[in-house]
Order: sequence, then C-alpha cells, then structure tokens
Amino acid sequence: MAMEITQALLAAQSPDGQVRTAAESNLKQFQEQNLPHFLLSLSAELANEQKPPESRRLAGILLKNSLDAKDSFRKEQLTKQWVAVDPTIKSQIKEALLTTLASPVSDARSTASQVIAKVASIEIARKEWQDLIGKLLANMTTKETPASLKQATLQSLGYVCEEVSPSDLEQDQVNAVLTAVVQGMNQAEHGFEVRLAAIRALYNALDFAQTNFENEMERNYIMKVVCETAVSKEPEIRQAAFECLVSVASIYYGVLEPYMQTLFNLTANAIRGDEEQVALQAIEFWSTVCDEEIAIQEECAGTDEGNSVLHFRFVEKALHVLVPVLLETLLKQEEDQDQDDGTWNLSMAGGTCLGLVARTVGDAVVPLVMPFVQANITKSDWRSHEAATFAFGSILEGPSVEKLAPMVHNGLDFLLSAMKDPSSHVRDTTAWTLSRIFEILHSPSGTIIDQSNLPKIMTVLLESIRDVPNVAEKVCGAIYFLAQGYEDAGSASSVLTPYLGNIITALLSTADRADASSNRLCSSAYETLNEVVRCSSIPENTNMIGQLLHEILKRLGQTMEMEIVSTDDKERQSNLQALLCGVIQVITQTLNGSEESLPVILQSADQMMVMFLRVFACHSSTVHEEAMLAIGALAYTTGQEFAKYMPEFYKYLERGLQNFEEYQVCSISVGVVGDICRAMDDKVLPYCDGIMSVLLKDLSNAVLHRSVKPPIFSCFGDIALAIGEHFEKYVPYVIPMLQGAAELSTQIECTDEDTEEYVNQLRRGIFEAYSGILQGFKNAKADLMLPHAGHLLQFTEAVFKDKNRDEGVTKAAVAMLGDLADALGPNLKLLFRDCTFHAEFLGECFQSDDDQLRETATWTQGMIRRVLVS
Amino acid sequence: MAPPPEHRRPIKRAAISDQQRRREVALRLQADRRSDAQNRARQLASSVLSLGHEPETEPEVEQEQEMSDASGQLSGRTDLDPVRAARLRGPEVRRWFARQLMLPEWMVDVPPLLDRDWYVFPRPSGKRCFVVSSNGTTISRLRNGSILHRFPSNLPNGARTKDVSGPASSYSILDCIFHEPDETYYVIDMVCWRGYSLYDCTAEFRFFWLNSKLSETGASDPPSQYHRYRFNVVQIYECNLAGLQASYSGQVPYVKDGLLFFNKHAHYQAGNTPLALVWKDNVCSQYVLDTDSKGQIPSQQQVVLELQNDGNLTTFDDPPVALGSLSRDLIAQSGLQVGNLVRVAIRDDSVRLVDGKLDLGELQLVGKTNHSRAFADTYSKVLFQHAARHAPLRIEDLVASIQSNSSMDNSQASDVEMEG
Repeated sequence: MAMEITQALLAAQSPDGQVRTAAESNLKQFQEQNLPHFLLSLSAELANEQKPPESRRLAGILLKNSLDAKDSFRKEQLTKQWVAVDPTIKSQIKEALLTTLASPVSDARSTASQVIAKVASIEIARKEWQDLIGKLLANMTTKETPASLKQATLQSLGYVCEEVSPSDLEQDQVNAVLTAVVQGMNQAEHGFEVRLAAIRALYNALDFAQTNFENEMERNYIMKVVCETAVSKEPEIRQAAFECLVSVASIYYGVLEPYMQTLFNLTANAIRGDEEQVALQAIEFWSTVCDEEIAIQEECAGTDEGNSVLHFRFVEKALHVLVPVLLETLLKQEEDQDQDDGTWNLSMAGGTCLGLVARTVGDAVVPLVMPFVQANITKSDWRSHEAATFAFGSILEGPSVEKLAPMVHNGLDFLLSAMKDPSSHVRDTTAWTLSRIFEILHSPSGTIIDQSNLPKIMTVLLESIRDVPNVAEKVCGAIYFLAQGYEDAGSASSVLTPYLGNIITALLSTADRADASSNRLCSSAYETLNEVVRCSSIPENTNMIGQLLHEILKRLGQTMEMEIVSTDDKERQSNLQALLCGVIQVITQTLNGSEESLPVILQSADQMMVMFLRVFACHSSTVHEEAMLAIGALAYTTGQEFAKYMPEFYKYLERGLQNFEEYQVCSISVGVVGDICRAMDDKVLPYCDGIMSVLLKDLSNAVLHRSVKPPIFSCFGDIALAIGEHFEKYVPYVIPMLQGAAELSTQIECTDEDTEEYVNQLRRGIFEAYSGILQGFKNAKADLMLPHAGHLLQFTEAVFKDKNRDEGVTKAAVAMLGDLADALGPNLKLLFRDCTFHAEFLGECFQSDDDQLRETATWTQGMIRRVLVS
Repeated sequence: MAPPPEHRRPIKRAAISDQQRRREVALRLQADRRSDAQNRARQLASSVLSLGHEPETEPEVEQEQEMSDASGQLSGRTDLDPVRAARLRGPEVRRWFARQLMLPEWMVDVPPLLDRDWYVFPRPSGKRCFVVSSNGTTISRLRNGSILHRFPSNLPNGARTKDVSGPASSYSILDCIFHEPDETYYVIDMVCWRGYSLYDCTAEFRFFWLNSKLSETGASDPPSQYHRYRFNVVQIYECNLAGLQASYSGQVPYVKDGLLFFNKHAHYQAGNTPLALVWKDNVCSQYVLDTDSKGQIPSQQQVVLELQNDGNLTTFDDPPVALGSLSRDLIAQSGLQVGNLVRVAIRDDSVRLVDGKLDLGELQLVGKTNHSRAFADTYSKVLFQHAARHAPLRIEDLVASIQSNSSMDNSQASDVEMEG
C-alpha cells in the first residue's frame, strides 16, 4: 500500500532549515525501512492529480535518484535494489508512471517521462518491460490522444532511446518508434510542442536507425523530413533539426553524398541569416564533417589503401563557398567575448570551424582566406581588424610550413605592432595568433624566429604581459610556446638565456598581479614559468633556476600565512599551493638532469621537504596531489637520502593511497611508492607492511576507479625489486590477486577502445609485477615462483594470441618471459620445451621497428636458449 | 550565452593544461624508470650469460640463430648497455666493467705473421678507462668500475648541447687511456658509436671508424666550457719494420708506456685476449718491472693472486690458473678470506717452466693488497714479469720476427709460382 507522504515532501522543500532537515531524515528513514513501499508511494504521489505540483515534482526526482546515479558503483547498487523489488509493486509503479504521461500538469508529465526511461534502462536490457514501447506507441496512434500526452510520449521515447543500448531493441520496435517520431514531425498535423518533442526524440533515436539508414528509401524519407523541419517556422524546432543533421553527419557520414547539395544550401542560409542558436548548429554541422574527414585522413595516412574508406572530400568540394560563409561569421563578434574562454558565439564557432577546415584541406584554404585578411587587417574599426587577425590565426594549423612561413615572416612585424592597438579585442586575438605561430611554426631549425627578430619579439611580449588580464593571459601562452620551440634543442635553447632573467621576473610579477585574482592569469603565469624552466639551458642557467627555486619556496611558505576565512579562501590557497608545487616539481626534474645542477636540488632538499609536509598538514582531509607529484620527483633525485624523510612523510603517503574517492590522488600516490622504492631500495622495507596492506585493500575496493588498479600491480613489482627476498611474505596475498586479474583480463569483453586499453594496461601491470618479483627473488627465493610458472606461461600465451595486444603489453610480456627463464633456469626446461609459442612470439618481436623491443627479445631469447640447452 | 557543444573545443581555448602535462610527464618518467630498474637487473644477468656459460653448438641454437638474423643488424649480444650499467652500484659495477673491457695479454712470445695481421702503437701512460657519453653527460670509469670523471664533452650526446643527429639516449663508448700530464683522453679503441655497436667488428674496421667518426665531432678540440677534456686518437701503425720503429722510438705528445699490438681481424672481446698484446722494455716504458704497494721495485718478483676456498692462489684468467697455494694455518693466521687478493713474493731460484707451464715453487706471503686493487694478475703478466727479470723479449726479437716473416712470405710466393 502506498503511504501518504505529501507533507514530508513539501516540508523537505521548506525554507526553514530545521523543518527541512527533519523531513529529509523522515524520508530517508522510510526509504531505508521499506524501499518498495517508499518507491510505490513516490509514484503514487507523482501520478495523483489532487496533489500539489511541488510535492509531485520532488517525488519524481526522488524516484529518479533511486534508479540512477552518476557514480557507476552506486548505479550498480541501485539497479540491484530495483531488480529485487516485488514484481507486483514494480508493475504498479510503472503503471502509475505511464498514467502520469497524460497529466495536464506539464512538470509531472516531463518528470514521469524521465523516470520511465530510467526504469527502461534497467529493465529492457534484462528483457523485461517488453510492452513499454507498444504502450507508448499506442498513445501516438490513437486519434483522440490529446497533444499533451503525445508530447510526453514522444519525450519518453526520446529518453528511452537515450538510455537503452541499440542492441536491446528489436528492429520492428525501432521501426515503429521511428515511424511514430517522424509522423510526430508532420507540420500539418501537429502543433509546436509535439513537433519539438518529436524532433528531439529523433535525435536520440538516430543511433538505433542503422538498418533504416542503410535502406535508401527509408533514409531518403528521414532526411527529407529532417530537412523540411530545418526550415520550420519556430527557431527551437529548426535548432533541434540542425542538431539532428550534426548527429547524422557524425554517425552516417558514408551515406551523406546525395544530400550534400541540399545540406549545403540549408546550412549556408542558416549560418548567414538565421538566429544565433540555429546558425551555431549549422556551423557545427561543418565542423563535424571536418572531424570525420580529418579522422579518415589520419586513418589512411601511411597506408596505400586510401580507397577502402569512404572519403568524399565534402569540405574540399564546398571550400570555395564554405570559406566565405565562415569568414562572414568572424565579423559578428560580441563586445565582452574575451572575458570568458568558454565563449561560444558566431565568431568563435566560425573561427573554430575555419581552423578545422584548414586542418582538413591544408594549403587550399590559404588563398581563400588571405584576401579577407589583407582587406580587413588594416581597417581602423576593431571588428574588421580582429576578424582578419582571427582568420589568419585560425588557419595556421594544417597548411604546410612552406606555404605559411613567408606570410608569417611578412606579417610578424605588423602583428607585433598590433599589440599596441587601442582595442583590447584586437590585442587579445593578436597575442593568441602570436602564440599559435610559435606553437605551430616555430622550431630551433625553423626560420620564423631568429636573432634578428627575437629581441623585438621579447620586448613586445614583456611589455604586453602587463596588459589587461585576458590579453596578458594570451601573452603568457605566447611565451609558453616560444620557449617550447627550444625544448630538447640542446644548446639552441641558450638563445633564450639573455632574456631568461626578465622573462622569469615578468612571469613572477604577473602571478602577483592584483587583477590576476580571477586565478586564470595567475595559473597561466606559473604554468608558463614551468615551460620556461623546462626549456632553459642547463647547466648554464643553473644559478638562475636555483634562485627561482628559493623564490618559489618562499612563496609556498607565504601561502601558509594566508588568512583563511571562507571555503573560497581555502580553495584559493590550495590552488596557489598546487601551482607552486608544480613549479618546484618541474625545477627538480630539470636540474636533476645534469651533474652540475644536481647539487642545487640536493642542497635544498630538506627545505623542500619541510614545505611539502607543511602543505600536506594544512589540508586535513585530503592529500595534495601536486605536492605528491613534487615529492616523487624529489625522491628520485635524492636517492637513498630520502629515507630520512620517510618517518614524517609516511602518514601522508598512506593517506594518499587510501584516498579512493579522488582516484587521481590515489593513482599518483601509487606512482610515488614506485619512485620511493627505486630511490631507497631495501631501506623501504620498514614501510612495506603498511604500504602493501593499503594497496591490497585498494585492489579489493569495488568503488576505486579501475584505472588505478594496473599501476598498483606495477607497484608490487617495484616493491619486490627493491626489497628482494623480503617480498616472500606478501606472495600468498599478491599471487592470487595477480592470477585473478589475469583471469579477469581474459574474460572482459572488449566492446570499445577504452576497455581494450584498460585490458592492455591491466596486463602490462601484471607482467611488470611478475618481472619485479622474479628479479627480486632471483638470487635467493626463485623456487617460490616455480609453482606459478605454468600458469604464467599459459597466461602469456593467451595474451600473445590476443589481437588487441598493444606494444606496451608485448614489451612487458617478453621481458617477463626472459625474467622467468633467468630466475628459474633449468627447472623450466620441460615447460619451455612443451610450450612453443615463445619462438613465434619472439619472432614477431624481431620484426618490430622498436629497438628496445628487439633488444629485450634478443635478451629473452638468450635466457630461454640457456634453459633449453641446460 | 550557450556553451559550446560537448566535444567542441573553442579554438582560442588552450588544448591541454600544464597540470595535465605535469601529470603525464610524471607518469612517463615513472614508467621509464621502472623499465630502467628492471632492465638493470636483466643486463646484469645477461653479462653473466656472455661469460661463456653457454655451449657454442646446440641444435636449438642454430634454429633460433636464424630468427635473430632476421632481425637485421641487431647483433646477438645485448649485454651491452653501459648507460644502464653506469647506474649500477657497488661490486656489481666493478664486475660489469671488468667484463666489458678488452684486456691485452702480455707478450711472452712473438705471434706469427706480426707484420701482416697486426697493428702496433705506443701505449700512452695513464689510467685505462671506459668513456661513455649519453644523455648529455660523459662518464669515464676505471677498470675497477669507479668513476674517474663525469664531465661534458663534444662526444655524441656528451653534453647538454645541441646535437640533432640522433636520440639523446643513444650512447657512445670509447676505450681510452687518461693521460694526466696533458689531461687528455687518448682513444685506443671504439666500442660503440651513437648506439651502433662495434663489438662484433674487426679491429681494422673499428680503427677506421674511430678515425673518421671522432674527427666529425670536435672531440679533439681544446677544452672549453662544454668540453672539459680533449680526446685524441693515437697514431696506429701497420706492424711492419717502419711501423714498429716509429712506435718504438718515434716522438709522441704523451709519455709512452710500452707498445700495444692489436690483431686486425679480432673483434672487440671483453676480458683477457691473446689477440691484443702489450709489450715493454726500458726504452719505451718507465714501468717495465712491477712495483710493490709502496711504489718500489722489490728485489724479488711479487705477484698478486686471488685466494680460493681450497687454499689455491689463482690468476685473473678465465678459467683461473692456480700458481700455488697457502696452508690453512697460514690463512687463518693472517686473517685472510676467500676472494681476498694477496701479494706473494717468488723465490727466483724455485721457479721452473715445466712443459711451457709456469711453476712458481715456494711462495712467500707479503700481505693483502690495498682496496683499490680489484683483480689478480693474469698468467701472461706473471710470465712476462718473470721473463723481464731474467730473459726479456727484446725489441730485436720483434724486429727479427718481422724480418723472418717477410722472407717467409717471399719463399711462399715463389713456391706457389713454381707449383703453377
């Protein structure tokens, strides 16, 4: 029986906090005591026309939240709970939901349609609620059905399509849904609301329409209706129709050709003259076509079978008409667009699309854009000047360096002088264009920047970094890429040495600016500083970077003194500490690369460590990710000396390892354990019991993000290698975990690339763990691994035969085979004789282009050979 | 203002954050270091492998050899990764390096066909070392594995300076002698160049490669900020009369310490080899006779040998040669342990050559050697030192051998003609 919960639902929305809390706890109690009746009561509330809309709305939301959650573990729990509910109660709930679709209250209808989709997402995959689609469709085919019910029904169909996997619906159900939806779009028969719901439902149903799109007649029909809908009189409907076209371009690129002329006219008209929201979708259509063609080109690159993939070169064919349409949009800027880097308007979408066009067609775009640039860049109104600069900046990626270099060379002086333009829009886009030039075209061997123009470039950048925050931020970007051009350039990076002091000073004072408090400029300044440090020529600049280290440590010390009143203050402090720890990390990595500069880090190691520990100490609940990363870098640098910090640091390390909610922190902490093992070798032993027990707990934690698990396995290998035979006591725990994971990895179904990659990472982690253990035991306890050798060879063979195996797994597997032969020696003679896949596997490795892999394979071959002849 | 569509990045917004980059860099470094650490263990193992525990001919070997050939220029040996080896610590590093250097035997007999198959050059006096340049640093290591210098140089990837000709991780290895008076490394062999291994190349090729490649780098330039020490090649001669003469009495910019002979066809072979020989007399070396731990030439010949667990005293050869033994009492009395290097004196009158084999007779324990000493003497050294005191191999003997070779050549040539 449903319970009366209206009062509780209303009270839970009361402005009086006490009332609210009491009501919430009542509801929670009810939920915990009797979930089925709680759900039933909520559905009854939602369906009841006598109840106030507010309580109905909350009932619907609570119902929805009892069926679905963002967190996948929680979602799984909720699914299990729902499945366990008594079937008669479930069918009462579902009946109530379907009834609600006919409600005159639009809020209730809309909530009900969402809840229906959530139930469907659980049940249809389990082959339950098979009559749902039929019942919904019945609403559409009955003549007397009121428009409101049709609208709610279409909405439900759309949501159901969004929630359910295409493989779970029968083709005749899909056909019926599509028919209903397409009929709902009929302008003559239906009003605005029904048609809007229909086109939105179609958007969600497109994924299901694979078969229908293969059938020319059905496809023609669907496309005709969508194209007609794209010129409906209501802008919301036109917008939704273009959203469908965007989706079609992405899912069904291969069948677009017959419609392209029509689609071009539709989109060009919309971009030129329709309302902004519609025009944006029309631009998005072309951006999507570019995405598809770029992907096709990347796929074909390097293979001769360019014809095996359908590549229609729509962008190239439309280029002469498309580019002018896009250029027009660049002139439609908004006054305040530079204040937010998430700005999305005609000009931004047009420039973004133009950039994709350039990447798609390369050189061909240049002669179509340059006349626009030349005609507008010298005009005095900011719109023309900005649009011309934006156009130029947008096409820098894609065309060849040969094509672009002369123009950039000729234009660079002009761009530099435009950094003094009265319009901040012009300065913003000019600075961005400079950073694109440096990012894409500048390299030590290139001709864009040389001794003749570098002084002027530096003068302009160091002046403009004092401009308004949005311009200063772009200037930081320009310095970032200017420095990056000298990365790994050896002595060429000393070209920057004369400017290094001024660059560092300018970036430090930029980070200090009062108007940098928006934080974006501050973080741009520090991140640019990182790149400048990475690219500074060491050892010649050792002293300067050493001074910078002291300045950064001083600043980090100052963050501890910040006045913390609100949570905002706390966040600001934490962000600043993150940026400063980031700089320290980069300095550490940069200086430890050379013998001359290494002492600078070692001298400051104590002070750095004290700072990191203070950063940890000022955040009670969580561990600071950036400080953890910096400590990893420091541990590698100090080597065995790190042992003296361990007693203090250990508790934070443990806290980081236990932080499964913030999985990135956990993952980085796992990495730091590896750094520490390599730094301290067997001196890490006293901490291993603690570390191992947390790691083992993490592995059995169902909530921990799966991406952390492979690194934990690799980390076992690090520990075993560091402590050698002392790893023995963990073997009874670790080996079953490894075997379980190996088993799991052969059972997971690789339906998508993410899963494929995960399986590869998992296997790599497993092999690395075994390698570390085998090597660690080699001299003393190798026999402990003898019982597992057979399993290991079987697993390796299974991995060898897996088509989805990537190079990382191959390397780790081959190396492990060698370690196995090396550690266990003649004991394995029979095993290696009987299982012959290793010869084939090694043969494959010898064909690889990867020197390291071939080298490892040769070594492994030697090890196995030694066993075979023993 | 609507946000951009889900997957669309506005072109003016930065593609990646530096934080994400830092995270990725940290992960990549960790992965690299893990594979370094694991490879370190593997390389050690494989250098054990190369010591010759491996039977030369076995059916399986032949079958797998084909696979290895299919892999192109990759040679069969992989025990060669001094970059990783350079990070080894403690005794392992010494063992590793001891196995990598080619150690000439002492010339106690003149090898046949000296003038046809051999090179000769005056050996610079100084510290024999391996020089490895990689990843922006150059490191020299002595025979006992300890680091002599760590410095920037013009060798490939030897300093953090511009070098676009290959990956920074590719390494070069030179076999050198560091000559203190002019602070110069004299290169006597090239083992690896820009990651290309010369182990399996003949001396002829290695010297050719050494001469042409080293000059390309500026390694022979005078020292500068990024080039701490100069590298010079040693003039190498064909071992004919003129070459031997030039080596023996010619002027060189360094202090001579004997002559080195290299067989032209020999590969670079780690460990002791009769295909490289050292010879000296008082004219071309100040150090013909061995000194004791105080630097004095003792009246009786002294020899450094390694104590084995059966009490035998053995040379540094593979396999070791036992030249005598100590009694258990004496071992206990002197606090010696197995593996210790001990200095013993030879009573000249008790030495005998039996079937070409040296019998030292009665040995007198002088004491333990100091710590920097890593290896026992080789058998050929003991023999040479003994000969040097009694019946040295003289320069005249070498000259005579070459002269007789050339006359033999002539006679052989005429033989062939007559038969034809």
